[in-house]
Amino acid sequence: MNQLMGQFSHPDSDAVPALECRNVGRTFMIKKGIFAEKQPLKAVQDVSLQVNRGEVLAIVGESGCGKTTLAKMLLGLLEPTTGEILLDGEPINSVSIKDIARKVQPVFQDPYSSLNPRKTIEQIISLPLKVHEIGSQASRRARVEEYMRLVGLPKRLIHSYPNQLSGGQRQRVAIARALIMEPKIIVCDEPTSALDVSVQAHILNLLQDLREELNLTYAFISHDLAVVEHLADWVAVMYLGRLIEFGKAVNIFNDPKHPYTRALLDSVLTPDASLGLPEITLGRGLPNPLTPPSGCYFHPRCPEASDQCSAEQPALIKNENRLIECHLYG
Amino acid sequence: MSSDTVLEVENLSVDIAVPAGTLHAVSNVNLQVDKGETLCIVGESGCGKSITSLAIMNLLPRKATLAADKLALEDRDLLSLSEAQFATLRGDRIGMIFQDPMTSLNPVFRIGDQLEEVYIQHGKGGRKEARERAEFLLEKVGIVAPTERLSQYPHQLSGGLRQRMMIAMTLMCDPALIIADEPTTALDVTMQAQTLNLLRSLQKEFKAGLILITHDLGVVARMADRVMVMYAGRAVETGSAEEVFDMPTHPYTQGLIDCIPVPGRTEPGSKLGSIRGIVPALVGDLDGCMFRNRCDLVSDACRSGDIGLIEISAGRAYRCHLSSDESKIKTSVEGAV
Repeated sequence: MNQLMGQFSHPDSDAVPALECRNVGRTFMIKKGIFAEKQPLKAVQDVSLQVNRGEVLAIVGESGCGKTTLAKMLLGLLEPTTGEILLDGEPINSVSIKDIARKVQPVFQDPYSSLNPRKTIEQIISLPLKVHEIGSQASRRARVEEYMRLVGLPKRLIHSYPNQLSGGQRQRVAIARALIMEPKIIVCDEPTSALDVSVQAHILNLLQDLREELNLTYAFISHDLAVVEHLADWVAVMYLGRLIEFGKAVNIFNDPKHPYTRALLDSVLTPDASLGLPEITLGRGLPNPLTPPSGCYFHPRCPEASDQCSAEQPALIKNENRLIECHLYG
Repeated sequence: MSSDTVLEVENLSVDIAVPAGTLHAVSNVNLQVDKGETLCIVGESGCGKSITSLAIMNLLPRKATLAADKLALEDRDLLSLSEAQFATLRGDRIGMIFQDPMTSLNPVFRIGDQLEEVYIQHGKGGRKEARERAEFLLEKVGIVAPTERLSQYPHQLSGGLRQRMMIAMTLMCDPALIIADEPTTALDVTMQAQTLNLLRSLQKEFKAGLILITHDLGVVARMADRVMVMYAGRAVETGSAEEVFDMPTHPYTQGLIDCIPVPGRTEPGSKLGSIRGIVPALVGDLDGCMFRNRCDLVSDACRSGDIGLIEISAGRAYRCHLSSDESKIKTSVEGAV
C-alpha cells in the first residue's frame, strides 16, 4: 500500500507529505436497543492517502460514506482504531491534542452554530491564543486585527457578536479563528454549503488566496463536485467507509473510472438550460453500514456488477494515474 | 385566464410588521403557471421566494399582510376565501413539498396513515380507496414493496425515500398546483437528480403546475420551463430557462451565473466572479433600484424613482434602467478579455 502511495508523491520533492493516512480505520460499537449486543460499525476502513504542502485534497462521497469521521481523525478529535495518521511525517498520536491544534485547524459547515453567540468576534478569534497562552492581551488584540484584515473583515466588527454578522462574515470569522494559530493544514467540512451562491464565491476566492499566501494545505470535504473540481488538486472518492478512487483531480474529473465516481459526476447539475436531467442508474440509496454487502460494497447499486463483485472484495490497485478499487480494472 | 392556467397572481405584495417599521418582503410580483408547466423561482436567502409561496398557500406569519390585485387558482378567487375554505384547498388542489422531509412527516405515525389521512380528510373516499391510492402512488414514485413501506415510520426510511414519500403524499388528491420549496437541498447529489427526475415526470403525467423554489442554478437550468429571478422581494428577470441562462439581462442574474464554478467553463483554480456588498434592508420606504449598491453598472438614474419591469417579449422581462444591450456590455467586455 505505501509503495502504491509512494508513486503518487510529488516527483520534484523529497519532502515528507504534509498529511498522510496509512491504512486508517475507525470502528464504532453501536448498540441497537437497550438489550441488544453491541455491533461494530466500520465508519472508515483502510484509507491511505497523502497530500503535500500547499495542495488541496478533496474528500467526496454521499452522506454516511465516512468523510466526516475521517476529518475528525485528521483533526485529532477521534483516534483511529487501526492504522496511523502522520502530520509532517510525525504520527498524530505521539503528540498532545494541543500540539495537533497548532498544526491542524477546522472550518465547519454552519457558521451559525460553530461560533459562540455570547462571545464577541475578538474573543472568538483570540480564543486559541488564550488556550495556548500565547502573547499578552494587547499583542493578541493586534494579532486578531491582523487576521481580520487577512480574511477581509472590517476592523469595526471586532466588538460585534456573531448574530450581528451575515453568513459570509461569520464564515470569515471561522476562517480567521482557524488561521490564528498559523496551522499548516485546514480541514474544511462543507465550508460553503450553508451559504448563498454569491457569498460562496467570496469564500472560495478567499480560501484560494489564503492558500497561496500562507502555503496552506486543505483537506476539503464537500458534496458539491463543481466546487471540488474548482479547488482540488487531489480527489479521494469514498463509499461506505472505503476509499474507492484516488488521484489527481484533473484525471478523475476528465476520466472517472470507478462506476460510482462516474455516477457521482453524472449527477452534477451544471447550469446549462439546453441539457435535461441526467439519468442516474444507481438504483437505491446507501446500504446500512452495519450490514455492508458482501464482496464489493458498491455492487448492489453498480450497473456493471458481475458475479465476481458480489463474491470477493476488490483490492485497491494502481491503474494508470490513480488508485482504484474495482474488479473492472483488476 | 386561459383554460390551461392553473395559477395567476397579479401585483402580489407582502408586508411584515417589524419593530423598526414595515418590511416589504415581496413587492408587486406577477406570476402565472400553466398545467404541466414548471416555474422556477430562484434567488438568495431573504429575496422573498419562500414568502411568495407561503402567500399563495395563505400560510403567511400572522404579522404579515398580503395585498394583491388577483390571486386565482384554477377558476377560484383565493383572495375571497376564508381560512377554513383554504384549509380544504391545501393538500387537495395545492400540494406542498418542503426541504426537509423529516420535519414535514410526523415521526409518531406510520407512513401509510399519513398518506391515507390526506385522502380521507379531503373526502376523496374511505380507508380502502385511500390505501389503494397510496400503494398505487408508491409504485409510481419507484418504491419497491409499497405495502411493507406503508407500515413503517419515517425514521426507518432514508432521506431520499422520505422525499419520495412526500411526493407521493402530495399527489394523493391529484393537485392542480405543486409548490416545492428547496425539495432536494437536503439530499445527496445522486439522490437529487433521481428525485428531480421523478418529480418532473410525475408532474407532467398528472398535468399539475409546479412552482419550484430553489437557490441552486443547476437545478433551475435543468428543471425550469420558465424562470423568475427574485431580488429584494421583486422579480428582476423572467423568461424561459434558455433565455435567462444563455442571455442573462439583469446585472444581478449575470452576477449570480458568474459566481458559480461550472465544470468545463470555469478554469479550475481561477478567481470566481462575485457580487460585492450585501442584500439591502427592506424596511421603510424603498426607492430606486434595490440592486444599485452592488451593481457595477450603477448610474444616477438608478438611485430614485420606480423601476418597472421592461417586457422584451411575452413572458420575457427584466427590471433595470439599462436597455438589454447596455446591460450586456459588462459580459461582452469580459468575454473579450
